Amino acid sequence: MPALSSAQIKILSKVAAMSSTVSATSGFWKRNQQRLAPWLFLAPGMIMFSIYVIIPIFQSIWISFYDWDGLGPKTWIGLGNYVELLDDEAFYTSLKNNILWLVLYLLAVPAGLAVALFLNQTVTGIRLYKSLFFFPFVISQVVVGLIFTWFYAPDFGLLSALIKTLTGQSIAILADERYVTLGIIAAGLWPQIAYCMILYLTGLNNINPEQVEAARMDGARGWSLLWNIILPQLGPATFIAIVVTVIGALRSFDLVSIMTDGGPYGSSRVLSFYMYEQALSEYGYRMGYGAAIAVVLFMIMMVFITLFIVRMLMRERHA
Amino acid sequence: MISFKAATGLALGYALTMSAALAGELVINSDQSDPAPKKAMETLLEGFKAAHPDVTIKWNNFDHEGYKSAIRNFLTADAPDVVSWYSGNRMAPFVKAGLFEDVTDLWTENKLDDQLKSAVKSMEIDGKKWGIPYSYYQWGIYYRKDIFAEQGITPPKNWAELVAACEKIKAAGMTPFAIGTKALWPTGGWFDYLNLRVNGYEFHMDLTAGKVPYTDPKVKAVFEKWAELVKPGYFLENHAAIDWQDAIPQFVQGKAPMYLMGNFAVAAMKDGGLKEEQIGFLQFPEITAGIPMAEDAPTESFHIPSGAKNKEDARKFLAYLATPEAQTKMNEVLGQLPVNNQSAKSNDPFLKAGFDMLANAYALAQFYDRDAPAEMAKVGMEGFQQFMVKPDNVDAILERLEKARGRIYK
Repeated sequence: MPALSSAQIKILSKVAAMSSTVSATSGFWKRNQQRLAPWLFLAPGMIMFSIYVIIPIFQSIWISFYDWDGLGPKTWIGLGNYVELLDDEAFYTSLKNNILWLVLYLLAVPAGLAVALFLNQTVTGIRLYKSLFFFPFVISQVVVGLIFTWFYAPDFGLLSALIKTLTGQSIAILADERYVTLGIIAAGLWPQIAYCMILYLTGLNNINPEQVEAARMDGARGWSLLWNIILPQLGPATFIAIVVTVIGALRSFDLVSIMTDGGPYGSSRVLSFYMYEQALSEYGYRMGYGAAIAVVLFMIMMVFITLFIVRMLMRERHA
Repeated sequence: MISFKAATGLALGYALTMSAALAGELVINSDQSDPAPKKAMETLLEGFKAAHPDVTIKWNNFDHEGYKSAIRNFLTADAPDVVSWYSGNRMAPFVKAGLFEDVTDLWTENKLDDQLKSAVKSMEIDGKKWGIPYSYYQWGIYYRKDIFAEQGITPPKNWAELVAACEKIKAAGMTPFAIGTKALWPTGGWFDYLNLRVNGYEFHMDLTAGKVPYTDPKVKAVFEKWAELVKPGYFLENHAAIDWQDAIPQFVQGKAPMYLMGNFAVAAMKDGGLKEEQIGFLQFPEITAGIPMAEDAPTESFHIPSGAKNKEDARKFLAYLATPEAQTKMNEVLGQLPVNNQSAKSNDPFLKAGFDMLANAYALAQFYDRDAPAEMAKVGMEGFQQFMVKPDNVDAILERLEKARGRIYK
């Protein structure tokens, strides 16, 4: 990345310039070397982080107080965008779908655990099976979306053909407001389960065999072995699996965009997609309104992020 | 098509890799990603090269859907010299933001007000012209001549005949109308025609200009007519799940023998294996007797961005584009109608029919999503789609549209 390297070069030249001044004005640098050096080393990362993460967050919040089409002049409307959000049907639909995503997407965690436990054995060719199970996570979300769109497609899709032979009725899952979000979440679960599985497989590798042995001697087996001995040791893996799944659910965008484009009549929108639609899509360009949605989404994410960070800090303190 | 969305990302990525042009080079950005438009564009460029051999052309062809977002980026960041876009309200944001160059001089110099007469209105904002139109096409009902003959149906001339024809087709085990509304805009064609036929051109223009509430009884009347086709199931059942191209096979296989579409659909129908004599074209039938017939005829155009580096050659290009020869050649390949009225007439039966219909039209509308501002179009067409799935929700839908109207047209 050219940007990174140029920043690095800058830092390096700064350091070089400073070290050359050491002999001349030995005073300042020598006195403060200990304090300044860490900041200098942190600087590239901090500059990048603020340019690409911190400043945009505040910019978004700032833009959310304006009415702006992205091209013309901005008009300050204060909380106008937020007031409109409160009275916007589409916003509530998106919020409801986001919650649905959040809840159902978490199924990937137990499902991933189940697959991991199933695959955690020594049979010839198990590596091959593991990699086959992991495969859905490797392919792009766009491809996952397309595959499932065809799978659901009325008339020629595999699933609709199956439903038709079973019930005699044809259901176009992606055109029916009752099922559309569920259909997309199911598509999303496919790669997500694989992801959780791989997290648990590595976790299972690190399980202390002596403890398992000891528990066996004490007569633990089946569920009680899993619940009392294995799962507690998988704690870190579970934590990471939940974190990535929650974040994944909240930023679900690609599948909605690929599979339905938010339709039918906006019933499969989620907040991130609605934000994109309002701010950047063909019929949108309401930057302020889009930013307001982004801020709401950010607040929701903040709840989870804070929880995770607090938990992580607690652990570090205990350790 | 489903892959449009996927290609959007590619198009955007492509836009980012494009670098500034060399001096003396004419950079053209356009969205002729479908086979026929692409070939037409190649024809146009060849013709231009022959006329102006000193100009080198760099043509960036974008994916059709991705182009709509890419254009905003490159107009503000790294403007090419010529861009393709749409006329009417669709170009208004760019004109108002000062991103398009005023080309009224080209019109006066080349006496285009006469030659491009039918598109004057749609190229004009604030009394100035902002681009050169090169092509337009008719909308109407394409139907399967062979199936109509088999069922003993004559092409309907008024609403009662249309409904009767639908009944007959339905009774024969087919769905009368093919349609795919996933991309929303095909619903706009239906609304346009119903409104143009029920209430007339002036009312339609007032509505798309935000002067009439959507809760007006006249609008309600449009939906009542529409319901006469929706409720008995005269449209393909799963239309919300498919795009317009996905409905073509149903038309080709004879499962849905009518299709309200733009003339570009004929190419797809022929590709699907239909012969020219199997396809018929009919003007959307009369609904309210005595209302003069107006038609949808979206116009396509090229524009010069105000940030263009090579405006001199860009003007040459637009002047060439306006000539009857260039428009004749290009539209022959494109399968559309040239805007220049001195162009040679086509031999294609659909274009002939379209030309005759548009020549006698009372007025031309651009299309719902070009006549109405983009935001309203989105909310509106979403409402139309919902209506086509749940016709009983009409009141709630119209109230939602009215709320949007109150916000959008301040």
